[in-house]
Amino acid sequence: MSKQTMVEMRGVKLRFGEKTVLESVDCSISAGDVFVIMGLSGSGKSTLLGILLGLLKPDAGSVKFKGMELTGLARPKLNDVRTHLGMVYQNAALISSMSVSDNIRLPLRELSDKSAKEIESTVELKLKLVGLDEDKDKLPSELSGGMQKRVGLARALALDPELVLFDEPSAGLDPINGKLINDLIIDLRKRHSVTSIVVTHEMEGAFAVATRMAFLHEGKILLVGTPEEFRNSGNPVISAFLQSYSTHEKSKG
Amino acid sequence: MISYIGALTVSGLQELGSMVALARQTISEVGERFSKHRSPFRLEHFFYQCDRAGVGSVPMVVLLSVFVGLTMALLTGYQLRIFGMVILVPAVVSVSFTREMGPLFTGIVLASRIGAAYTAELGAMTTGGEVDALEGMGLGARRYLVTPRFLAIFLLTPCLAVISILSGIFGAAFISSLMLQISYGFFLDQVMTNLLVKDVLAGVVKSFLFGGIIGTIACYKGLSVKGGAVGVGVATTSSVVTAISTVIVCDSLCNIFIITFFP
Ligand SMILES: Nc1ncnc2c1ncn2[C@@H]1O[C@H](COP(=O)(O)OP(=O)(O)OP(=O)(O)O)[C@@H](O)[C@H]1O
Ligand SMILES: [Mg+2]
Repeated sequence: MSKQTMVEMRGVKLRFGEKTVLESVDCSISAGDVFVIMGLSGSGKSTLLGILLGLLKPDAGSVKFKGMELTGLARPKLNDVRTHLGMVYQNAALISSMSVSDNIRLPLRELSDKSAKEIESTVELKLKLVGLDEDKDKLPSELSGGMQKRVGLARALALDPELVLFDEPSAGLDPINGKLINDLIIDLRKRHSVTSIVVTHEMEGAFAVATRMAFLHEGKILLVGTPEEFRNSGNPVISAFLQSYSTHEKSKG
Repeated sequence: MISYIGALTVSGLQELGSMVALARQTISEVGERFSKHRSPFRLEHFFYQCDRAGVGSVPMVVLLSVFVGLTMALLTGYQLRIFGMVILVPAVVSVSFTREMGPLFTGIVLASRIGAAYTAELGAMTTGGEVDALEGMGLGARRYLVTPRFLAIFLLTPCLAVISILSGIFGAAFISSLMLQISYGFFLDQVMTNLLVKDVLAGVVKSFLFGGIIGTIACYKGLSVKGGAVGVGVATTSSVVTAISTVIVCDSLCNIFIITFFP
């Protein structure tokens, strides 16, 4: 094994009341991977990311980040780990009372030792990265859903995390901005060797960015493999998932 | 009936337990910030909350207190007139306002004005995923959101109570000179001789307590909202009701305590 293991999950189980959302999830993600997680709506993908961030406590199993066990980790340590992670939320989850630039400034001011000047230039840089440097004084409510998503991405990248969790980063974006996000993910991996976990429904984007893929179904990971292995997988559920996408494309011509 | 009271007690104790847990978590997050040599909250946030909770509440507190003081003086005046003891009005009004009315009315105004606002905004942030987002960044959502709010209301309730007491006494003096033939000078003189340091202390200590109660309940209710917009509404109502009733009950307990141990 040449590459460091970034994330390792073993037998992760989570219930919401009576409903078992995650039955037993095992997966391991190496440093430098872009790990795409697919699955039907409601299969527990967002939940899985929540567990990784320590926002949800699994009922059983172990979650390790760079060899450090996260379940049951005391708060100061957990918060230290979280500063190395960035999360792009499915609903953006910006602080609605703060302007776009304040949202990005927030983690920098609270958690980094940067000077005011460095913070300003970082904010500028991150906003440029997602193409929103024009809108920095607007409130989140004055932005479209897709723009909010991109601000969320800029905020996630503010502290230069080692691992970025994307919850449907390109859902609700036009193809051009969707491609911008996908290019950004690839660029982060190539230039900054950032590891990413991407939850997405957009097959084209998924295959464009993924180095490894996983399919979550009924609380378990049905298949982990390279994009190639996914295309050739004989698994009926996965084939159906991929086919419904490609038949759409074909029927449109 | 008994089972209803039982259930109410159990849920009350559970809530109390969760509030203690929230307080402990907030304090541990604050400690964590100190250990990293970072400030636990931003002064500008604290001042903003102070401005909102404190300065913003002054007009309402003054208005309410002036009229309550006025009414109290008038009613006690007409009662005491029967016995020819109108000169007792300044003492009665100033002592009861300092020990009782000032802190209590301030508590009620703050619970409905600021407690409700705290619960609503924290509740909206919880349902909007903003609290989780803050927590996920690793900056400690509780200390970031709760500390400036709690400190503002905790430190400003006594200040507002003092304003309330002064306004109440002013209201009483005004009506006394107008309708009870007590001059301002005599009124002030009577207040000075009858009001003891003990009374002032009791009032101030109570106000700190009330501020703490309102802040804790409001933040707890906001951060534990479940169920979207309706949940925020339910929590806000419950926050005001719980805070006001707790303040009134605590006020009585304080009075019993003070009368028993510092007669
Ligand atoms: N706070 C919660 N309380 C109860 N059940 C929940 C909660 N959050 C999620 N669930 C349930 O867990 C399941 C997984 O939800 P999750 O949001 O992880 O799905 P998802 O795979 O991200 O779906 P989508 O692709 O639509 O975003 C759903 O069936 C949902 O009903
Ligand atoms: Mg989701």
